[in-house]
Amino acid sequence: MKFTEDHEWLKTEGDVVIVGITEHASEQLGDVVFVELPDVGDTVEKGDEICVIESVKAASDILAPLGGEIVEINEDLADNPGLVNEDPLGKAWFFKMKLADASALDGFMDEAAYKDFIG
Amino acid sequence: MSELKRTPLYDLHLELGAKMVPFAGYEMPVQYPLGVMKEHLHTRAKAGLFDVSHMGQVIVPGEGAAEAFEALVPVSLMGLKEGRQRYAMFTDENGGILDDLMVANRGDHLFVVVNAACKEDDIAHMRAHLESVEELTDRALLALQGPAAEGVLEALVPGTAKMRFMDVGVYHWNGTELWISRSGYTGEDGYEISVPADRAVEFARKLLADEAVEPIGLGARDSLRLEAGLCLYGHDIDTTTTPVEGNIAWAIQKVRRKGGEREGGFPGADRILSELENGPSRLRLGLRPEGRAPMREGVEIFAEAEGGDPIGRVTSGGFGPSIEAPMAMAYLPAGTEEGTTVYGEVRGKRLPAKVVPMPFRPATYKR
Repeated sequence: MKFTEDHEWLKTEGDVVIVGITEHASEQLGDVVFVELPDVGDTVEKGDEICVIESVKAASDILAPLGGEIVEINEDLADNPGLVNEDPLGKAWFFKMKLADASALDGFMDEAAYKDFIG
Repeated sequence: MSELKRTPLYDLHLELGAKMVPFAGYEMPVQYPLGVMKEHLHTRAKAGLFDVSHMGQVIVPGEGAAEAFEALVPVSLMGLKEGRQRYAMFTDENGGILDDLMVANRGDHLFVVVNAACKEDDIAHMRAHLESVEELTDRALLALQGPAAEGVLEALVPGTAKMRFMDVGVYHWNGTELWISRSGYTGEDGYEISVPADRAVEFARKLLADEAVEPIGLGARDSLRLEAGLCLYGHDIDTTTTPVEGNIAWAIQKVRRKGGEREGGFPGADRILSELENGPSRLRLGLRPEGRAPMREGVEIFAEAEGGDPIGRVTSGGFGPSIEAPMAMAYLPAGTEEGTTVYGEVRGKRLPAKVVPMPFRPATYKR
């Protein structure tokens, strides 16, 4: 699993990457009440705002960690946004994407580096 | 930036694991480890303890205080019986709202509670118009809210269960004078308790020792008051809104309205009395967004799903943990009927919302 400075996690599964937010991010957000996901088939650039997470406190964006195509989204989050707090690293994955350049993953932090990053 | 002030309960908040944030010049707890959602639901299920010591507590002494105070508010205070409290608002010459407040008749004086963010201006405003105004800086203010509040407080302070909504009284606890009102800002039955600063922590600990009571932060305080349809000053009402537009004209008694015995006589009376007669051009109304996406403060409201100019703007909005749905307040053209579908523009998309009556969740006051 790799981690971004925007508190997302990335997991490789065959030729796609699964993206979610970290436990740290979910704690900071507070109770999540709404998630807006991109559409399957969307082509995104690194840094695009592609998801919105609304908690009881505020709205936050999820940025595309890399460029590529969205191939699957987690429909369960629409009905049960609380999953983001219950199981951020598992059931609450947000989307799967096919990367334009798979080698771009190498630049992200591993778990130890991410733990240092959040202190 | 000036240094943030602290309430007498500051150390207790830290001990309880609160996350502190700046609010109205104070360092205040926004949430405790329970989190906003659970704190909200706990208050509705059992009882929540809130530190509201940042609010201004003011005494206006003298037999003539009620009559003099009526020059500042459109509310009948001469008709307010001893031991009772009323909701009021300071208005300006244009009929705008300078602050909203609670006024209690305590016999030989009025006891006034004003918003933290406005208290300096409010006190200057009162001093300019009233003979004597005493700001109390040596008392904390706690709110105990929720269905279990009555039982919890009665066990500590016998006699308080007999109070009715908006009653006020002086009670004694371990040699300390408590000034208690049966009121609050959550839509729940409950109390606000003014306690001397040097006994506040001890008293708060006694309340928290009851297993029904959890400490509640500003986050849940906001979602609770929003579900109850109550205004937040500086957001839902301010100097650009009149009490009639703000949909709080119920606080203006007949005696201060046109044809009443003490008609007018408060700042902005011309406009406010005319709006009471002829209706305002816009009104603060409730909205229930149809999906799950909250419509927050600043969201523009449109009559149609496409095109046209905005017809209003959300002043407060969020997710209601008890109603399990988003809710918002917005100023819309007067005459917009309940059940009308309007559209809030959220992140560039127009999402439907229904105009609904407030409160979003019925209040449970003990009248």
